[in-house]
Amino acid sequence: MSRPEIRHDVRITDTTLRDGSHAQAHQFTVEQVRDTVRALDRAGVEVIEVTHGDGLGGSSFNYGFSHTNELELIAAAREEAKQARIAVLLVPGIGTVDDLRRARDAGADVVRVATHCTEADVSPQHFGVARDLGMETVGFLMMAHRTSPEDLAKQARIMVDAGCQCPYVTDSAGALLMHDARARFEALIAEVGDEAWVGYHGHQNLSLGVANSVIAAEVGVKEIDGSLCALGAGSGNSPTEVLAAVFDRMGIETGLDVTALLDAAEDVVRPYLHRWPKMDRNAITQGWAGVYSSFLLHAEHAGERYKVPVPDILRRCGELGLVGGQEDMIIDIALDLAREREQG
Amino acid sequence: MTAPAKVPAAIVGPGNIGTDLLAKLARSARIEVTAMVGVVESEGLDRARAMGVPASAEGVDWLLRQDPLPRIVFEATSAKAHQANAPRYAEAGIRAIDLTPAHLGPMVCPAVNMPHHLDAPNVNMITCGGQATIPIVAAVSRDAPVAYAEIVASAASRSAGPGTRANIDEFTQTTARAVEEVGGAERGKAIIILNPVEPPMIMRDTVFCSLPEGADTDAVGASIHAMVERVQQYVPGYTLRAEPQFDPPSEKWGGCGRVAVFLEVKGNGDFLPEYAGNLDIMTAAAAQVGELVAAEMTEVAA
Repeated sequence: MSRPEIRHDVRITDTTLRDGSHAQAHQFTVEQVRDTVRALDRAGVEVIEVTHGDGLGGSSFNYGFSHTNELELIAAAREEAKQARIAVLLVPGIGTVDDLRRARDAGADVVRVATHCTEADVSPQHFGVARDLGMETVGFLMMAHRTSPEDLAKQARIMVDAGCQCPYVTDSAGALLMHDARARFEALIAEVGDEAWVGYHGHQNLSLGVANSVIAAEVGVKEIDGSLCALGAGSGNSPTEVLAAVFDRMGIETGLDVTALLDAAEDVVRPYLHRWPKMDRNAITQGWAGVYSSFLLHAEHAGERYKVPVPDILRRCGELGLVGGQEDMIIDIALDLAREREQG
Repeated sequence: MTAPAKVPAAIVGPGNIGTDLLAKLARSARIEVTAMVGVVESEGLDRARAMGVPASAEGVDWLLRQDPLPRIVFEATSAKAHQANAPRYAEAGIRAIDLTPAHLGPMVCPAVNMPHHLDAPNVNMITCGGQATIPIVAAVSRDAPVAYAEIVASAASRSAGPGTRANIDEFTQTTARAVEEVGGAERGKAIIILNPVEPPMIMRDTVFCSLPEGADTDAVGASIHAMVERVQQYVPGYTLRAEPQFDPPSEKWGGCGRVAVFLEVKGNGDFLPEYAGNLDIMTAAAAQVGELVAAEMTEVAA
């Protein structure tokens, strides 16, 4: 198996239309997707991710129902993209290989298979089918702060052996400080760097998504994620337009047109934002306590429904060691906190 | 009056599941485990021998040479092994209770549909998440039409073996189908999450059911409580974490309301650790199906 050709120093994947789906409560419309893909494609972005925030099959009570079926959004994105590849997210345990086949039929070129950072052995089934379908493959090791660099590298090895062309250090909680991030990048590159690329997906909860991306590029990470206007879970992702500007200043080739991305963020994405992801009390708490960024809106909702402070809910999520996908536990925690309050 | 003779049964597959099942069946008034069967010598076979249960590493060939034959066999091997073994059990007139994902017979949940399948030659125990959540879906759908039900199972990483991990789609697809066919929802969805936190988390399950506008939430709540008690009869560690949560109809749910039920499944700690409620509920449910089948056999004979 070979890794895909990367034409520049670093390849940026834009996840406005997937991670951003969390911040938009999964309400993306076909028109928003078409406009965003057209702008990203024109600006030179080579990979554009479009899926429910929790991946294929994520539309649910637990994560929120999609306004528009993700397969329609993927097909619309495929039509608009002239040069960009369309990626989809698949979280085993939520989505299945049947969902993947349907996404492939709708036009997806790349699949990003995501597992918790210690559970990579649930992914080989999905990588196998993806390779049979002729798709490019990426592996997301989520909540990468929850395991050591050495163990993260072993999990990356499992994914690469299963057909993954680019395992990612996925900082789902925006919790990795710069030295933590560097140690993980280096460990993965040492373990799989001869066969696969290594990627980085950041969140801004502690404002380090861009800073960690700079380190990533310096140590040899080849694929880096961003979102226009940072649109993503928690405080959002490393803003694509900022990454483009920073890498341009550093002399790192990305093939991106900075001005076109600034216009895309300002003129296309900003008008449809439900909220501009920001470092507020709740999102910072997520980075601080190591909580899956997608929990933010769910915790806010539970806080309102059960009249308990949202940072308390999020800190409890961190204490209990919840992982991505356990959104149902947020209600459970809110009920516990409400009960504890009544009991004084 | 003397107690009726116990029904002889065999366990095929002496791994963790088979050993835990043996511990549960050792307490049975109706079933006597007369054989533990593997294909290689193992600790599981030694544990059975230590309990005084004849054990063999010579597989189903050995089992079918025994006289008398068991009347029930619990299959705790793999789907592939059960596919090979099932026709042989059937030919010998042995009833099979299948804990593997082979799904040759009807899917059963003892608290929900077992009376319908008491005479089936082969029944399947669905999945751990299915055993934990389908009773609740059935409890709701008994009182209100459930257009959509969704279950989320969270299990400790340590309790998920290589078989589950290699084919996790099988869990979500089978459970979703059973939520419909056994639970009574028009459409079902299942999600599974593995959590590696230490010390390991006790198994948790959440059930979401849509409810039509005007559904009798008092009746649904009472039905859920009654069902939890019913499951507790064979899984003592099956509890509600909180009262069922009812949310009013909402645009975001297509005009439906919702009930959310939060469950904890603490294992009995027979052989498996307490946190592995997902495995415990499988062996407990299989033992309960065995009890019901054995009772039927004993009564028919009397």
